[in-house]
Amino acid sequence: MSAATIISLPDQSTARIPKVNFLTKENGLLSWLLTTDHKRIATLYLISITFFFFIGGALAGLIRLELLTPQTTLMAADTYNKVFTMHGVIMVFFFLVPSVPATIGNFLIPMMIGAKDLALPRINLLSWYLYMIAGCMAIYTMAAGGVDTGWTFTTPLSTHYLNTHVISTGLAIFVAGFSSIFTGLNFIVTIHKMRAPGMTWFRLPLFVWSNYAASILMVLGTPVLAITLVLVVLERTMHIGVFDPTYGGDPILFQHLFWFYSHPAVYIMILPGMGVISEVVSTFSRKRVFGYTAVAFSSVAIAIFGFFVWAHHMFIMGISNYAALVFSLLTMLVAVPSAIKIFNWAFTLYKGSITFETPMLYAFGFMGLFTIGGLTGVFLGTTGTDIHLTETYFVVAHFHFVMVGGMLMAFLSGIHFWWPKWTGRMYPEKISQLAAVVTYIGFNFTFFPQFILGMLGMPRRYAAYPPEFQALNVFSTAGATILGVGYLLPMLYLTWSLKYGEIAGDNPWQATGLEWQTQSPPLTENFAEIPIVDHEAYDYEWLEKQTAARQQQEVA
Amino acid sequence: MTDSAAVANSAMAETGNSHHGEHPPYQRHHFETVDQQFDATNFAMWLFLLTEVMFFGGLFTAYLIMRNWYYQAFVAGSHQLSIVWGTANTAVLIASSFTMAMSVWSAEMRRKKSLLVYLCLTLVFGLVFLGIKGIEWHEKWEKHHVPGVHFSVESFVNPQSDPAVYNEYHDAPLAPDMAQKTEEYFFLYFAMTGMHALHMVIGIGILVFMIFRARSGAFTNGHVTFVENFGLYWHFVDIIWIYLFALLYLISRH
Repeated sequence: MSAATIISLPDQSTARIPKVNFLTKENGLLSWLLTTDHKRIATLYLISITFFFFIGGALAGLIRLELLTPQTTLMAADTYNKVFTMHGVIMVFFFLVPSVPATIGNFLIPMMIGAKDLALPRINLLSWYLYMIAGCMAIYTMAAGGVDTGWTFTTPLSTHYLNTHVISTGLAIFVAGFSSIFTGLNFIVTIHKMRAPGMTWFRLPLFVWSNYAASILMVLGTPVLAITLVLVVLERTMHIGVFDPTYGGDPILFQHLFWFYSHPAVYIMILPGMGVISEVVSTFSRKRVFGYTAVAFSSVAIAIFGFFVWAHHMFIMGISNYAALVFSLLTMLVAVPSAIKIFNWAFTLYKGSITFETPMLYAFGFMGLFTIGGLTGVFLGTTGTDIHLTETYFVVAHFHFVMVGGMLMAFLSGIHFWWPKWTGRMYPEKISQLAAVVTYIGFNFTFFPQFILGMLGMPRRYAAYPPEFQALNVFSTAGATILGVGYLLPMLYLTWSLKYGEIAGDNPWQATGLEWQTQSPPLTENFAEIPIVDHEAYDYEWLEKQTAARQQQEVA
Repeated sequence: MTDSAAVANSAMAETGNSHHGEHPPYQRHHFETVDQQFDATNFAMWLFLLTEVMFFGGLFTAYLIMRNWYYQAFVAGSHQLSIVWGTANTAVLIASSFTMAMSVWSAEMRRKKSLLVYLCLTLVFGLVFLGIKGIEWHEKWEKHHVPGVHFSVESFVNPQSDPAVYNEYHDAPLAPDMAQKTEEYFFLYFAMTGMHALHMVIGIGILVFMIFRARSGAFTNGHVTFVENFGLYWHFVDIIWIYLFALLYLISRH
């Protein structure tokens, strides 16, 4: 690892955390539970989603442990069904969807655009409460015996054949959906109406652009999921309905409505992560993001295309050949804006002054894994290969490369990158670099063998499998163990750093964003006075001039 | 927005003059100006209505597909709805939209008394709507047309058993399997009108809250955002009904 670094910390013997900041301004439980400060709500969200991440992670551990042997050794097949269903539901709706937007996005968007808070602070708090209510319902579901439909609630399986807790899970997701709608709505309004003087649309950091695009998807997609789940619940309670063929309903209609949300939801999960990567790549190569406008518009393009590809989840479900053809073509089109991002990040690195601090290592991990995840998506978007690969472990590997290899890497990158801003203290650099590498290795060991398993024909969602698949499954389970260590490490050292980390100062990375021009941790109102923006995003020359001017002032 | 924004502006100017540049009491701390606050909340309301469009969109899609599949059952099912009650309810809702618009206007003009009158009228119209809806639902219950609860296809396999409807439309009897699909029609009827009624109930709850606030002059001090945004919601619920009326009552009449 290169010794070069851009970290510049204040003199540790004299540096202090500012006495007045958003964490210390008020004390007591109520000051947190009734707060309208976006940074405090982000903190509440961070704690809650970490909790759900570890529940979901424990369930993933159980799945991998069961798959260590070809027979069902650890649990019965129907228990296994419940475990993977709850793993999916918790990870998708309680971790991935709110992960970057509700935590890092909530914390940063007002600061990045130079505002004091989100436009609707009380709605923001309401969204956290809805999330928690939904979370309690999900936990109740698990305690009461779980649900085994898979996170996709396929009808008529979910409406007719199963006697597990479909209703409470459906309502939990319904409520969580409204939490997500309110977050998205709040972001859109804030970005439109709350920008500081001089902060034009094309001066916005790319993180803001990508969260904006994700918010459009949340606002337009989530209500459709909500009504679909209402219909599923009605169908189960009244035994009549629009999805169950025995009553004259249409199960394909359910698939259309469900994937109309759940495909865009994939972009809700990945777009904010892409925003994090733009920030990190620029900061650690000391260059403006190559093709800023193209990257900004590619986020919007992903959001728009993302609404017209949902039927690629249904190629084998009886949609017409012509529909399959059109949706296959549109699916290929989404690869274009995604590739624009990857290529532009690569060009940003080209001739940049690259340093390898932890956020950058995670960002490299993201770029590699997301590229593999994205390209294998093309295999699945092609109708011919999809018939062979769908419902196999190839699909499982594909979306874990995008979601875990992409989004989770981006989330960890962002958490490390903005940790000094959030807490005022640095995380320990060496051990976190180790954690980034361990995560990367563990991830590849876990999920790469699953591509091969899928190619060989191992179906997903079974507790048992033919013995010839065992070697690769053992690999995968061993990798999951390493991956688990990779996730536990940050949990431990980040907690440690809350008390013992080095004092970070305002701008340890010498980054250009407005959030770095205020104290760490920030004031409740973010800025002592509302900034006036007179430079483009990622303008490192502007930053140098600022720093020089400040030093001159100090000398004088 | 123009009228109320102008009102908000003048309110700010007044307060600004009297308190030497301080903000009016209703301006939240994180907004720079009252205009910004109004614009932001108004925009948020429009976005929320957009999510509502998508929410009802799922139901409309289901209706579209089912109607296409089971056309005869949907025609026979819609003949069971009372055009008189439906038209009356449409008139009631349009009247309530008018009084709601007048409430917004009264708030902008700072006329407390007329604001209260118009809000109460809107409330009454809302309750009348729900009352009529209740009568219609009760009728369905008596005729065993509530899906899932001892649903009966008698009126569809044997239309003469239901003389009131038969004399008006002279429907031919449906084949038993198609007659069964009328349950699908009534499921969608109850899901759509039920979801709409739920929105009305929420609206009426907010109206009661607003009437209490308005009595202490809350919306006639220049800060009309809440009334204005609620007005948007109320008109939206009204428009949804216009579509439901057309799709459920009118479309199958000859």
